[in-house]
Amino acid sequence: MSSNYEDRDLGFEREYDRTMPRGPRRMMRRKICRFCMDKVDLIDFKDVKLLQSYVPERGKILPRRISGVCAAHQRMLAEAIKRARNIALLPYAAD
Amino acid sequence: MADKRTYEVVFIVDPDVADDEVMKLSEGVQKIITGQGGSITKTEMMGKRQLAYEINHKKNGTYVLLEVEGSGAEIAEVERRMRVNDQILRYMTIRVDEDRRRADKLRDRRARKAAKQPGNARAKKVPVDFRSDEEELAS
Repeated sequence: MSSNYEDRDLGFEREYDRTMPRGPRRMMRRKICRFCMDKVDLIDFKDVKLLQSYVPERGKILPRRISGVCAAHQRMLAEAIKRARNIALLPYAAD
Repeated sequence: MADKRTYEVVFIVDPDVADDEVMKLSEGVQKIITGQGGSITKTEMMGKRQLAYEINHKKNGTYVLLEVEGSGAEIAEVERRMRVNDQILRYMTIRVDEDRRRADKLRDRRARKAAKQPGNARAKKVPVDFRSDEEELAS
């Protein structure tokens, strides 16, 4: 019945974000790779600020289905994060 | 094998070691590298910073970064020395020349592409095909 309610909004451009409760139509904007946009060819493990934005609180690497990073850049990013972990720039696990 | 390789060597020094002491340590490492036939292309003291996790019960550490060019033999020697040095909490060596070469290649390819077809690639392609058709008819 809530979907009936939403049908009235049809025709309007609506932004659905991830905090929306799951409904019949979940239109998510296709995310595009930030690194491709910025034309990044190399991700440096010393760039802690950048890496931190792809490491949520728990210390895990953010999956690309969430961040929208392309496969090639996700590989580079993962490698950089692992290197940063090795020299204690990033945590292996945080609680 | 004989080709030059570029490495980045990062090591973390005990925070209780004084700055000039760290400098001396870094110079010592550089001397080992040059003594083994390598060369130093860059040195950077990244300063004291908090570690993301404790190493040897230390919460802080002084980071030193070196960029080394050489065959790889000097890296082995330096790592051997660092392993036994108690003042060095952690070290890591990364080979960067291959990644950099690949990055350069990608950049070149992009530059070439941009030079060849400015603007939207698809919008450009259509008239090109069209013209070739006309030329075919004329001949």
